Amino acid sequence: MSVEIKAVEIKPLRNTFTNVAELIGGDKPASRYQEATLGVQATTNMHYRPTWEPEFELFDPRRSAIQMREWYDLKDPRQLYYASWTIQRAKEQETQEANFDFVESRCLHLSLPDHVKKLALDVLLPLRHAAWGANMNNNEFCSRAFSEVLISPAIMQAMDNLGIAQYLTRLGLLLDEPEVLDIAKAQWMTGEAWQPLRHMIEDSFVVRDFMEIFLVQNFVFDGLIYPLIYDRFVDDTLTSQGGSAVAMLTSFMPMWFGQSSKWVDGVLKVAVAESEQNKALISQWTTTWRDRAVAALTPIAAMAFGNNQETMLNEVVEQFNARAKKLGIVA
Amino acid sequence: MDMKVAKKKLGIKERYGHMTRGLGWEPTYQPADAVFPYDKYEGIKIHDWDKWVDPFRLTMDAYWKYQGEKDRKLYAVIEAFAQNNGHLNITDARYLSAIKLFWQGVSPLENYVVQGFARAGRHFRGEASRVACQMQAVDELRHYQTQAHSISNYNKYYNGFHSQRHMWDRVWYLSVPKSFGEDALTAGPFEFLIAISFSFEYVLTNLLFVPFMSGAAYNGDMSTVTFGFSAQSDESRHMTLGIEAIKFLLEQDPANVPIVQGWIDKWFWRGSKVLALVGMMMDYMLPKRVMSWKEAWEIYAEENGGALFRDLARYGIRPPKGWADACEAKDHISHQVWLLFYEYGGAAAFHTWSLTNEELDWLSAKYPDSFDKYYRPRLEFLRDKHARGERVYQSTLPTLCTTCQIPLCFTEPGDPTKISHRETVYEDEKYVFCSVHCQEIFCNEPEKFVQSWLPVNQIYQGNCFNPDVDPTAPDFDPLKAVLEYFKYNLGRDNGEFEGSEDQRNFAMWRGQASKN
Amino acid sequence: MSKVFIIVQANEEARSIVEALLQDNPHAVAQESPAMVRVEAEGKLTLKRATVEDLTGQPFNIQQLHVNLISISGHIDEDDDYLTVEWAN
Repeated sequence: MSVEIKAVEIKPLRNTFTNVAELIGGDKPASRYQEATLGVQATTNMHYRPTWEPEFELFDPRRSAIQMREWYDLKDPRQLYYASWTIQRAKEQETQEANFDFVESRCLHLSLPDHVKKLALDVLLPLRHAAWGANMNNNEFCSRAFSEVLISPAIMQAMDNLGIAQYLTRLGLLLDEPEVLDIAKAQWMTGEAWQPLRHMIEDSFVVRDFMEIFLVQNFVFDGLIYPLIYDRFVDDTLTSQGGSAVAMLTSFMPMWFGQSSKWVDGVLKVAVAESEQNKALISQWTTTWRDRAVAALTPIAAMAFGNNQETMLNEVVEQFNARAKKLGIVA
Repeated sequence: MDMKVAKKKLGIKERYGHMTRGLGWEPTYQPADAVFPYDKYEGIKIHDWDKWVDPFRLTMDAYWKYQGEKDRKLYAVIEAFAQNNGHLNITDARYLSAIKLFWQGVSPLENYVVQGFARAGRHFRGEASRVACQMQAVDELRHYQTQAHSISNYNKYYNGFHSQRHMWDRVWYLSVPKSFGEDALTAGPFEFLIAISFSFEYVLTNLLFVPFMSGAAYNGDMSTVTFGFSAQSDESRHMTLGIEAIKFLLEQDPANVPIVQGWIDKWFWRGSKVLALVGMMMDYMLPKRVMSWKEAWEIYAEENGGALFRDLARYGIRPPKGWADACEAKDHISHQVWLLFYEYGGAAAFHTWSLTNEELDWLSAKYPDSFDKYYRPRLEFLRDKHARGERVYQSTLPTLCTTCQIPLCFTEPGDPTKISHRETVYEDEKYVFCSVHCQEIFCNEPEKFVQSWLPVNQIYQGNCFNPDVDPTAPDFDPLKAVLEYFKYNLGRDNGEFEGSEDQRNFAMWRGQASKN
Repeated sequence: MSKVFIIVQANEEARSIVEALLQDNPHAVAQESPAMVRVEAEGKLTLKRATVEDLTGQPFNIQQLHVNLISISGHIDEDDDYLTVEWAN
């Protein structure tokens, strides 16, 4: 039914959509990331006020105290759109899957020294709830955010958080019987060491400013937890005691944290540079939540590192402060 | 090494339970009602969130695996389509009007519900329901973005695609899907779920994607059929979320039944009005037709929806109030909407045209009870006028229904010669409706629907001109000024197909490509 | 009895799914349209993993159905070895 089409030179009438052209300095060829995100969210002539929050318009930048002349400046340096995200994750999950298979088929999980296995389960399994908390915060961020350059990576980040919670769950199911998940949850709910962390995360659930949610979860919480747990606890402490199988089962997490940090830094850097008010507010949020997070992580560091806890935690905080400074944050 | 007993393998259901509901917890440092502030005000009572059933138990690793596979295939087609001038393979440039309307009126809705499902995915108290909503949120992001990437190539060569985002917030006929989407997004999370997942996805979405996309394949549009069917494969999960949601709400408490029934009545009717646009696309805009709107309605709405409502009868749910009227309208709706757009063709950002005898005969055969009697004579009359060089364009502004925002063009049930029209006075203000059902929707929530941004009323109030125009200038042309506010390229995006730039370019390019 | 259906893309991977459905559900019929195949049946349809595996000689995970699925109607029950769609009326 189709005619034989030979290759011909046809001059296009235009290169991209006007909402994209307006944000990239004119009509020129645009990337997939740009066409997927730039200028995409509706901005005007909204019909009804939300019944769940009538004080705001349906799409409303006033849901954050941060102010931007152009919200589309808050781009994702990774330039992820759904297909590039899901194809990249598909590859990474294949590697992670191969790691699970490798550990299981060679019974590496059975040869873990008992004290290493116990330590790994004690520290890592309650963190599946923290990852679920991250998922909640990023869904909230997504649903309240203004401009598609934030909405689009937000929902991908939320799904990544869920994936991580599920990888930790699989780790528990592989290393031991399903009951360990209940034990870890009981620790999360009532174990003394975990209460400051859970308290802090629950307090983050009632934050309504979408940029604050973004910062608290993706910059402060992740920025302290991932280097502490995956770089130092899993890769150093456990591995040096014969627990490298655990590092294989969690290899996704530090790799993911490196990627997500690029996004977080890219957004914060631009928001801070926009105005003194933004800078002050972001600095204040960072200070408050960082200090609280450090206190909340102290008992967990004690569990993970024993006598070494102070060194480890200090290193992580220094690393975090240096990162903040580089972004122009005074904290 | 001491050999331990091999652990029993967990079944998919048990395993999935650990991967979802096992993750959540009841907050104790903050009141649960502060963490989940939105799931009570609609009056829905949930006693046990664990009763939520997850039929498709996708964990994120499997989700990435299968979605990655789908998108690798899809983008290979998109690339090949762009590299090989795949757009020249479509049957006829008239076909593009259907894709323009899809891009202008449907794709933005896909993007709208991303935030709606993220909100539901955060704010329901049950973890399993949340995970299902989140997956739909990220799927909907996929749909918008894959559509943007597929349409991107058409936008380079044809008119009417370029300012979809700008038009969505302003153009008269796009306020129909826009107000539909915003009505759902501004509702509470349970109503949102019934509106989108149940009424739209479960009852109506097959009408949009299945026959229309099959039609795209039939018309040589590999790009659209590929994103369409690829999106539809996610849709199966979404439809399932819809039916699980409704069973769950109905089983939780008998007091939920009347609330849910009200939402089904409202949203079935709202959805069926939005789909009138799809009816026109199928019957009029596909040069090669797969099935008529009426046939699609019979298979996907009447037969499948009928089975569904027989099934829900055990909960005390009856078919939606507008069901009989919507079924009667299957004989009329696509013709009425096409005539509307033909006559207002100067103000639409896609082309309309006169039908050939062969096409008219097809419609006569498909609509034996209505077409020859009510619509063929009018279409032939317009065609004759056009042949005489008097192409008909309406320039008076129509009256819009306050609820669905479609111009009054539908007829009374039982009398296809009489335009249906209802009025209600609310707080000394008169409101007009296209039907008794739209009127009832308004009367149930007048405080919401008095806020409707009705394009025609806004034009009269002077709110639809660019800021730099001077309406007091002697040469001021209000219609032109409005179309400029819509960001139309006048004479290229709108009006008659015959003689349009799209028609010329397609013929020329295809000529170059198929001849030596 | 109400009808249930499963619609898949008309391609190589989905061919074995259609074949398995027709084999395991003698009351089912397949209708072809451009680019798609619709399998419908009164009351109930079951897709069995083992049947697809027998037909292709390859391992099959029920969730692979998602890659080529277009639409589905009825209540769904999915497990490791089967997927069923069914109306209760």
